[in-house]
Amino acid sequence: MTRRVRPFQLAALGAAALAVLSACSSGTTASSSSTPAGSAAAGSAASSSAAAGSGSAAPTAAASSSAAAEEPELVGTGTGGLVVYNAQHEDLTQAWAEEFTKETGITIEMRNGSDNELANQLVAEGSGSPADVFLTENSPGMNIVEQAGLFAPVDAATLAQVPTANNPSTGNWVGIAARSTVFVYNTDLLPEADLPASIMDLQDPAWQGKWAASPSGADFQAIVSAILELKGADATSAWLDAMKTNAGIYRGNSTVMKAVNAGEVPGGVIYHYYWYGDQAGTGENSSKTKLLFWGNQDPGAFLSVSGGGVLASSTKQEQAQQFLAFVTSKTGQQIVADTVFEYPIGSDVPANPALKPISELQPPAIDPASLNGPEVTELMTEAGLI
Amino acid sequence: MRDDPVGAGSTPPDRVAVLPGRPGRLRPERALRTPPVMLAVALAVTVLCLIPLGFILFSTLTAGWDTVRRLIFRPRVGELLVNTGLLVVLSCTATAIIGTAAAYLVERARVVGYRFWGPLLVAPLAIPAFVTSYGWISVFPGIDGLFGATLIMTLAYFPFVYLPVAAALRGLDPAWEEQARTLGLRPLAVFVRVVLPQLRPAILGGTLLVGLHCLSEFGAFSMLRFATFTTAIYDQYSSSFASAAANMLAVVLVACCLVLVAGEAGLSGRGRRARVGSGSARLPDARRLGFGEIPALAFLTLLVGAALAVPLSSVAYWLGRGSTSWAAALSTSVTTITLAGLGAIATVVLGFPVAYLAVRYRSGWTTVMERLTYIAGALPSIVVALALITVTIRLARPIYQTTLTLIAAYVVLFLPRAMVALRTALLQAPPELEEASRALGMRPSATLRRVVLPLAAPGIFSAAALVFIAGATELTATLLLSPIGTTTLATKFWSLTGSIDYVEAAPYAAMMIIISAPVTYLLLQQSRRVRGR
Repeated sequence: MTRRVRPFQLAALGAAALAVLSACSSGTTASSSSTPAGSAAAGSAASSSAAAGSGSAAPTAAASSSAAAEEPELVGTGTGGLVVYNAQHEDLTQAWAEEFTKETGITIEMRNGSDNELANQLVAEGSGSPADVFLTENSPGMNIVEQAGLFAPVDAATLAQVPTANNPSTGNWVGIAARSTVFVYNTDLLPEADLPASIMDLQDPAWQGKWAASPSGADFQAIVSAILELKGADATSAWLDAMKTNAGIYRGNSTVMKAVNAGEVPGGVIYHYYWYGDQAGTGENSSKTKLLFWGNQDPGAFLSVSGGGVLASSTKQEQAQQFLAFVTSKTGQQIVADTVFEYPIGSDVPANPALKPISELQPPAIDPASLNGPEVTELMTEAGLI
Repeated sequence: MRDDPVGAGSTPPDRVAVLPGRPGRLRPERALRTPPVMLAVALAVTVLCLIPLGFILFSTLTAGWDTVRRLIFRPRVGELLVNTGLLVVLSCTATAIIGTAAAYLVERARVVGYRFWGPLLVAPLAIPAFVTSYGWISVFPGIDGLFGATLIMTLAYFPFVYLPVAAALRGLDPAWEEQARTLGLRPLAVFVRVVLPQLRPAILGGTLLVGLHCLSEFGAFSMLRFATFTTAIYDQYSSSFASAAANMLAVVLVACCLVLVAGEAGLSGRGRRARVGSGSARLPDARRLGFGEIPALAFLTLLVGAALAVPLSSVAYWLGRGSTSWAAALSTSVTTITLAGLGAIATVVLGFPVAYLAVRYRSGWTTVMERLTYIAGALPSIVVALALITVTIRLARPIYQTTLTLIAAYVVLFLPRAMVALRTALLQAPPELEEASRALGMRPSATLRRVVLPLAAPGIFSAAALVFIAGATELTATLLLSPIGTTTLATKFWSLTGSIDYVEAAPYAAMMIIISAPVTYLLLQQSRRVRGR
């Protein structure tokens, strides 16, 4: 009999180990403020595991003993940090968060997702949302939240740090960075003379099987929203139908670039910074490729504005506004230039010198507030692309 | 049922009768008083398991016919049906053939080193399918589409067929084959006409699991750029959150899943699974292959090489390139282990009453409760996640985006895995000991604590361990449900591979493989226990 009981002692040991693990990870949050985002992740797991233990669905001695080691806290709101719904690249927002915490002592918790997912999630959550700040890679996601009336107006001083062209006309969110649409092509497979003159040319049957994109991503959907804004719904629909036949479907811009580099497909529509990032590193996914900037106010020269906004439902308005002011400040924009190869747009911070200067991009003039995400999703669903 | 690699498919493992005549059930006079606490917990579990199905029904009914027609009857859904259907058929066929052949070579032909081949053929289950595809893609970047998806599914999941078939082969009474041979059948005919029919439930059960995993898999297909319903639902989700378009695709996916389950039940229902007595008293003689052993060994080497050596060596290769994310991977492991541990505890604690009632108080109701846990567990994780998001955001806001909801998803998804082990353990514990304890004046709670739990302990632990490992490598539901600021090994690995950062992804893959490694041992153990050896 004694031999059979032993496993339960093991169970107790296991539960104790779990309790210690949770306790340890919450300990790091308290002690180290230098790496707020990382330890905030661990800390929230620990505090929420306490919530789980004290909840009704875990009526075990084992689970509640692990919970006893923790004081119960509400997830996401308990640590006093700002909750950022983040659709930007994690490393960029993490770099912002670390520097912001260093300057102000305010910690940041991130929920990561994609632009439209988080935007629609915010709409579904409504005024009960735990989010204080929303950051995207593109404009359409910001507009979804804005049109639901969930944003508080951005401080005028913050808006003033960014050129008017890169801000929405509504002033309810602010541009925080920009990325340019490009056509990446394999120099072995596509001679310069054969390059498309416009992104609209890619709907020609001649381009069947010759280009690729990542239609499920918010980046490409933003490019389509620019086509929609400039050319109208019918032209966009026709272009998307042609894309369904012509284009190779990949998941993620890096994957598209890698496929072009490997010669799986001659060209692809992506954003510029994936290419510069790879070139600055090993270049293993871009060495056989070059970039075509369409320029000439073509829809394919679309400069996509990443946005930041403060939720009206946030109880930390002041800190949230402070965070947006920081992101668009010199320090914040310098982080954009240093961390990723996106274009900084605020506080006159120059872009990484490797990039094609933003003044030479000749993008079409588009009010970021006019870009319509839901209609693009609808059109792409109709075309069978998603 | 979808995580029941050992018990032959939809049917829980054969009852292990301890005493003849009364398999595992308490005498009627005891059965009258169902323990109220257990009943309450079991009912709560049933309700939890009904949430995803209820969500599917509800969203279909509220969407209105126009929406349903617009979102379901469109060419894209047709494409996805063809893709998903072909994938399921091809992967199931391939795993059925490969798994059965491997089991025959190891258990019956006893090829050289058969003791070592057994664990090696189960070990691929310790590598999550999305890590297998990462391993293959980084070596052969051209692998994609239907071919790539079938290849990866076959390599990752053929053990689901191998395990039950190997167990069934061990349990076969050799007398059948001997008689067939005496009556003049050639060896091939003996295999086709005598052995294969007896293996049918095991093969069907195993392939059903493979099919359900094909429907549910997300990470591997998103790397292989193969579109199935699950990836399409995720695309819709990331474009529009829990929208009607995503929900309607989920309806079709659930229909596919029910077709598979019903198909398996229909096919194996007519099969002969009855066996007189509790198994063969002796082992069949090995059917040595002679020179045939050389191609047999080549086949097994190739199989293990493709399913195990390729992914492992490619993880090792990327690790060798000097990743800087070891520290981050270790701290993510802590979060992952905590979540998976809580999931395992909750699943076993909640599953135990259901298993106990189903075994000791067998009646129409308890059987229905037990079966429901299997059906809910067969649903793809993306559907369970969508359902829990929708329900918590509308009806249970305080637990929305909390660890509690994620744990609830783990419970729904992994209950079947736990149930198999719990059931077996309870069936092997003689009910007479409980009756004796009660007769000697012990209260029911004391009987539970001092008799039932100690007897069932090994099963409880293997149940918890299996759920823990499954939780530690779960991707889809965790992506959708993880609380603010929480990343796990699987989600971080997925986001790194999404940006082709193979070097930084490697430590996460390595940690997942290390955490999952014991699954090999546990499943081998379980397959021996289920078949009574």
